[in-house]
Amino acid sequence: MSGVIIGLEIHCQLKTKTKLFCGCSNDYHDVEPNTHVCPICLGLPGTMPKLNRMSIEYALRVAKALHLEVPEVCEFSRKNYFYPDLPKGYQITMYDKPLAERGYLMVEDDEGREKKVRITRIHLEEDPGRLVHKTGRDRAGYTLVDYNRSGVPLIEIVTEPDIKSPKEARRFLNKLRATLEYLDVFDGDREGAIRVDANISISGNNRVECKNISSYKGVEKALNFELRRQTNLIRRGQEVVRETRHYMEAQGITTSSRSKEEENDYRYFPEPDLRPLHVQDWLEKIELPELPDARRERFVEQYGLSYEHAKTLTGDPKVADFYEEVAEIGAELAATWVADTLLGELNYRNMRIEAVEPMNFADLVVLLRDGDITDRVAVDVLRMMLDQIAKGEECGMPADIVSSLNLGRVDESEHDEMIRKIIEANPKAVEDFRAGKKGAVNFLVGQVMKETRGRADPKALAPAITRLLEATVED
Amino acid sequence: MQGIYTFDAEDRHNAFITRQEEVRYGDGKLSGVAIAVKDNISTKGMQTTCASRILEGYVPPYDAHVVSLLRREGAAIVGKTNMDEFGMGTTTENSAFGPTTNPCDSTCVPGGSSGGSAAAVASGMVKMALGTDTGGSIRCPAAFCGIVGLKPTYGRISRYGLIAYSNSLEQIGPMAGNVGDVSRLMEVISAPDRHDSTTYARPYEHTPVADIGGKRIGLPAEYFGEGVDKDVAAAVRKATEKLEEMGAELVECSIPSMAYALAAYYVICTSEASSNLSRFDGVRYGPAVEKRRQWHPEFRDHRGKRFGTEVQRRIMLGTFALSAGYYGKYYAKAQIAKENVRRDFTRILEDVDLIAGPTMPTTAFKIGEKTDPLSMYLSDILTVPANLAGLPAISVPCGKVAKMPVGLQLIGKPFGEEAVIDAAYAYEQGVSQ
Amino acid sequence: MVSEQEVENVARLGDISIDKERLGEFTAQFNKILSYFDLLDQVAGEGDAGEHDLYNVLRDDEVEASLSHEEAISNAGETEEGYIKAPRVM
Repeated sequence: MSGVIIGLEIHCQLKTKTKLFCGCSNDYHDVEPNTHVCPICLGLPGTMPKLNRMSIEYALRVAKALHLEVPEVCEFSRKNYFYPDLPKGYQITMYDKPLAERGYLMVEDDEGREKKVRITRIHLEEDPGRLVHKTGRDRAGYTLVDYNRSGVPLIEIVTEPDIKSPKEARRFLNKLRATLEYLDVFDGDREGAIRVDANISISGNNRVECKNISSYKGVEKALNFELRRQTNLIRRGQEVVRETRHYMEAQGITTSSRSKEEENDYRYFPEPDLRPLHVQDWLEKIELPELPDARRERFVEQYGLSYEHAKTLTGDPKVADFYEEVAEIGAELAATWVADTLLGELNYRNMRIEAVEPMNFADLVVLLRDGDITDRVAVDVLRMMLDQIAKGEECGMPADIVSSLNLGRVDESEHDEMIRKIIEANPKAVEDFRAGKKGAVNFLVGQVMKETRGRADPKALAPAITRLLEATVED
Repeated sequence: MQGIYTFDAEDRHNAFITRQEEVRYGDGKLSGVAIAVKDNISTKGMQTTCASRILEGYVPPYDAHVVSLLRREGAAIVGKTNMDEFGMGTTTENSAFGPTTNPCDSTCVPGGSSGGSAAAVASGMVKMALGTDTGGSIRCPAAFCGIVGLKPTYGRISRYGLIAYSNSLEQIGPMAGNVGDVSRLMEVISAPDRHDSTTYARPYEHTPVADIGGKRIGLPAEYFGEGVDKDVAAAVRKATEKLEEMGAELVECSIPSMAYALAAYYVICTSEASSNLSRFDGVRYGPAVEKRRQWHPEFRDHRGKRFGTEVQRRIMLGTFALSAGYYGKYYAKAQIAKENVRRDFTRILEDVDLIAGPTMPTTAFKIGEKTDPLSMYLSDILTVPANLAGLPAISVPCGKVAKMPVGLQLIGKPFGEEAVIDAAYAYEQGVSQ
Repeated sequence: MVSEQEVENVARLGDISIDKERLGEFTAQFNKILSYFDLLDQVAGEGDAGEHDLYNVLRDDEVEASLSHEEAISNAGETEEGYIKAPRVM
């Protein structure tokens, strides 16, 4: 679709140990409300922020990885507005002296070519508290506040409107997420760790801002919806109103917002309780780890993998780490099994690769490599192992599973015995074969596989069956 | 030495908002000394209101850094003193708990905003007190009540636990009946604190020395000119002549930036205050808001009802000054003006050791006398420059005019409290002989 | 000079309700003070005031003791299941 202009504003929670301005634990999931709070993040009168060193380190890593420039002086500012989740009545953020500006991230466009999406700026700011609305007759009239999240460090990343489609936006986010995970500053699996505001317009028309997107899939969905909505308006000769819209995850639509926030004048001024940052030298000294693109190229070179496999394997640093631990069993084999099989099975079960012991997995693939089991059995055993892990049981050793369930590969010497039985049991197939019908052999292969519960090797079966069938003809 | 201090002095001047009858105290440099703390400084377990209805009943779960230092040195913290609401005022008339009266004349104001602390000391209820000074709020009541009050260098004393009014200008400081006690208290509260990112670790460890010989003292024309009561100016000139007798050299000088210093002060403090006071939403602390109303209308009414008029005015001024289109004209300009004031003082203090002048343009006036806000603001004209420049400044009594005390103000170099204290001590010792 | 309407706008921006009856008097005082602020017009220069000599004031990323849950909610008006109640934005 031509003329689509998309810009993104992304907020990511940094995985420091403590909050941005106080020593409270940064991990607020699965804890009781208002238990990771102190006078500072509660906004009690008389408190003052204390800036977390690691948040600057992490933010500068991001700046370096995204090729941004750090100015001589950076400064925190207050953004003033009133909301129940904002304990101080202002958010400490960065306004006119952000941490870094003018960088880029390489992303694949819709034609498969690499392009630059420019990053306007990045800066640090604190997360507000969390509002919880309970249902029930009496409870709808008020809201409940949990300040555990208040003060969690966020990095805000703003792009130029360089993105040309919802799919490209999704790829940008995936690439960004991977980069942040490679830098070890972000945990993309944490709930609520990422929030996206998207700006979208169709060339020549007004820009619409979509807020409240909190998942990667949501971004693509929201933008697709907006694109359709705006296209329809234009087709009907109607104006696309310049406004802020709210994304509703459950329905997959955006609705007009008309919130007070739009009209707000935030009255920014420099935070008087903090001192400025001079961090150009710090940026110089940062040594970046191997990033996704470099790792992908190395996988292609070092392991001889295809671009596609390398891309899939390096899309998540944990997957890449896993692969490198098992690659010695055979680079190509390991790549196929991790990228094409394991990831799919994990995804289906909503499991993470960290749950799998690399050596266990490697042992299984080695059994296959050495011919002890067939492809089909390997997949079955893998599924059994994953199911065990998912249930919280200890995962069995592959060799044990194979022998205890008698899943070992049927030896070729045993083939003939089995095939003869099947041939005798299926006279029609024999007739078909004699009549020249090609499907007959495959049918019989299937029968043998069924009989042996997949333990026979289909590749060796077909010629064996053919040989034995021909032998019967000669009789 | 440990014990219990029984605090049963009669509070004839409404100096206290909260009092403790029996106070346990421990060992240390201030063991058993009765100390009053201004009610904008957080005290764990003791109500802290900033003299405002919006914090009525608020009991902090933590101590301000300076309070923990007092406790560590065995002080007996006997209560929280009255003040202008959130520090906004020059007379302690802007309190939700009634005005404090001046122990020298109970029909007069004690000065502000640390009027309660000054009255508590001046009436003999306590030996020492903590005040805060944003635009003169320690020095003014010290001058009006005839006691000694020091505003330290900006960044020398931790503000952690001080309920903020104007972060870039205010400091907690010691108040007492004499320079020696001010110095003792200064020693205790100046220990460094990592909680406050705007501080420098410069503890004050000094015993006052009454020696002013050879010191050059600048007398700015603006401190003795138009706008300053002639009798007050004369009394202070006489005090400086006493310093000259004791060996100091007096030098005339001028501070051109005084012309807009007060305007800069009020723009900065109201802007910061408008932001600092946004957190009192009656949800986590303070008198509760009605949960079943909608947020914005309830929040607005809560603030309208519970903030006093002067506080509302300053919030409005600050909101306006920071609003879109006006930031450049007001706040940005005020910051440049502030820097100009600092440069003027730096220039003068390269040539002289101290600057001297009256603390206030008048003596204490009657309660209820000044009703126009702007004319009230103009009383701060001689005290705000030291806040803008971040310099240490003390007020020490130097006689009376029509029976009301006059304060001699001495301003020193950054982190030059020792020299300021010495000069004040020399004067105090000089006149007592 | 600001009008009464503009003063009301500022009150709305600052989420503070001003007594309608006192609006006239308040606006007059407001304007008087704003006129006084015009003294700043004589200050030359734009952009930054002086530099701070203190910068990069940082704390280590180590967990420090928080408030206990009871202390955290001790001053709150109303709580429910550990949450603090607040009016809702509709």
